[in-house]
Amino acid sequence: MNIDILSHEKNLLKSRARIAVADCDIHPSPKSVEIEIFPFLSKRWQEYMKTYGVIYRQGFPTGPAFPKGQPNAARRDSYPTSGGKPGSDLAFMQSQHLGPNNIQLGVLNPLQCAQGVQNQDFSAAYCNAVNQWQIEQWTSKDHRLKASLMVPYEDPLASVKEIEKWAGNEHFIQVLLLSRTAEPLGQRKYWPIYDAACKAGLPVAIHAFGYGGAPVTGGGWPSFYIEEMVGHAQNTQSLLTSMVIEGVFEKFPTLRLILVEAGFAWLPALSWRLDKLWDRMRDEIPQVSRPPSQLIREHVWLTTQPMEEPEVSNQLLDTIEWIGWENLLFATDYPHWDYDDPSRAMPIKIDKHQKESFFLNNALKLYGLEQ
Amino acid sequence: MAILSSASSNVIDCDIHPTVPSIDALLPYMNEHWQDTIVQRGVHELETISYPKNAPLTVRPDWRPKKGVPAANVDLIRKQALDPFGTSIAILNCLYGVQLLMSEDMASSFASAVNDWITAEFLDKEPRLRASIVIPTQSPEMAVNEIERLANDERFVSVLMLVMDENPLGRRLYWPIYAAAERHSLPICVHAGSTYKHPVTSVGWPSYYTEDYASNAAAFHNMVTSFICEGVFAKFTDLKIVLAESGFTWFPAHLWRLTKFWRGLRAEIPWVDRPPIEIAREHFRLTLQPIDAPPTTEQFEQLMNHMGSDEMLLYSTDYPHWQFDETNVIPEGIPKDLAIKIMEQNPKNTYPRLSAPLNNGIDQ
Repeated sequence: MNIDILSHEKNLLKSRARIAVADCDIHPSPKSVEIEIFPFLSKRWQEYMKTYGVIYRQGFPTGPAFPKGQPNAARRDSYPTSGGKPGSDLAFMQSQHLGPNNIQLGVLNPLQCAQGVQNQDFSAAYCNAVNQWQIEQWTSKDHRLKASLMVPYEDPLASVKEIEKWAGNEHFIQVLLLSRTAEPLGQRKYWPIYDAACKAGLPVAIHAFGYGGAPVTGGGWPSFYIEEMVGHAQNTQSLLTSMVIEGVFEKFPTLRLILVEAGFAWLPALSWRLDKLWDRMRDEIPQVSRPPSQLIREHVWLTTQPMEEPEVSNQLLDTIEWIGWENLLFATDYPHWDYDDPSRAMPIKIDKHQKESFFLNNALKLYGLEQ
Repeated sequence: MAILSSASSNVIDCDIHPTVPSIDALLPYMNEHWQDTIVQRGVHELETISYPKNAPLTVRPDWRPKKGVPAANVDLIRKQALDPFGTSIAILNCLYGVQLLMSEDMASSFASAVNDWITAEFLDKEPRLRASIVIPTQSPEMAVNEIERLANDERFVSVLMLVMDENPLGRRLYWPIYAAAERHSLPICVHAGSTYKHPVTSVGWPSYYTEDYASNAAAFHNMVTSFICEGVFAKFTDLKIVLAESGFTWFPAHLWRLTKFWRGLRAEIPWVDRPPIEIAREHFRLTLQPIDAPPTTEQFEQLMNHMGSDEMLLYSTDYPHWQFDETNVIPEGIPKDLAIKIMEQNPKNTYPRLSAPLNNGIDQ
């Protein structure tokens, strides 16, 4: 949350159990799109962007439909001393976050730029540029950081090309989609993306947010930013339901799905609901071969931030047991305001093995980075 | 399992569904203009895709009559929904596609016709039955008129809305409805179902009915958020919202999330001056069926602890929807004293009109 962390740094450092951490959700930004991204865009798309801007399925070209709770949705102390946006300076990120928090693996998820853009060709070119930029500015300079392969997911064939272009490149450890797609992600349109990701040996991560055009609730647009934020969890439930019920995990048995920044405590109740409905309506959905809860347990991982916080903190342990410790991946969401601090995020006593799995090993195993 | 009928002599079933057998059944309750309109324009039946009529979930197999429409007359309801469960009171929530119509005038006419049909065909014939007032949510003004028209008849004990309307239900345009409901001691019953003014999910229209039905749970999460964040309960401090056919096992996790975000973002909604989870436990009630239950009794007991209140659940069969078999309404893991509370005291505390002496409005 939005507290002045820097001034408490010494105290924090003393109390912090300096366990090694994999942070599965870090948001890098370019200092300036013209300086850092344009070198990877053709003249045509540079001119296009200067003339028309980036047009998403929403009305405001310079900001989100719901103004954030903080400028740039960022921690107030995350602005680099060198200037520029939060998350735009590697040295600052190293000294504020990667070093003090003992981050061994940081997964970069560039947001709010190239995906969900209305112009499909531009989206493809822009994704490719951001992919090159991640290597140039980040992962080649700090080997703790790994990149996400951005694809223009509303154009699955272009997405496949982009995946094939980078397959085998060790800088990329997952394919990245946003959750607010134009159609439910289980639908056939998107299957070539899953096919290509499986062939490239990459998990598919789906980060909350995006621009599909539909209201964030089935009952229309809410009034408040908090409603949209909370709504990301329901949005993610809808896309997961679609992927399970359409039979995506039967069709792609090696697919590994990572749900990013949508919380996790909602998963058990959804699984129970789907199991019950599967049992009742099997004649409608014969493509689903097993109880949805089993498919989810085998194919789905969730990043933890923002961790749900029950009044009785031990109740979270029940919930994690129901999900499975091995299915959770720790994430901070640095540099965003709703950042979960690794030294405070798990308020419950857990044993050493659980702790190491939760904070590090689950991620290393999933991404194939075990020593 | 089937402990209920022996456990209490005062079982209150908060969610059963009478079926409108055909649009013709409503004609006698419409004025000449709408009778003409429906015949001349060939207006179709207003059954909805929320419950495809032959889908297994829509009607339990042993509740499908050999001839005729399920749950469409008082005899069937007596025989199938009341007597086997030892029910002393049951609340009719009529799911007919009134709220889906595009014209508020047509919706208003249909809403009144449905309510008058319910009165004549059910309430007047069976003293154990009560009903929710069907309103045309397309026009809050007309909705309030409909509540006022029927409020004197205390056999109407709540006001019915669908969880997916054109706007999130906490929004201020609906507040005149809540003011009228509170004025007359009527809780709002928010029932599963959509007006289909938007895709049922935030990622568009799904492919399968199974997904459509599943999506109701997400919409209930959204509407709990909306009611709380808009400040409905700061304005209407006595209002209760009954979430019907909502499932309830999602409830704790959702309120943990909402409460966490409230800590960070409460400046946006300053009228929410205490943790949303506390507000939710005070103002929301959830009907028992369907139960999206965990696989083991131990987990179910843990989940019931997470709920953090024994006052929120209201007994329901969800008749004629197929949510359970035999009379196994109450699951393992709910102890007997809680079961009795769910069947009797919680409904009485939620619907003030269930405790008051009955007034059918005729003597006024």
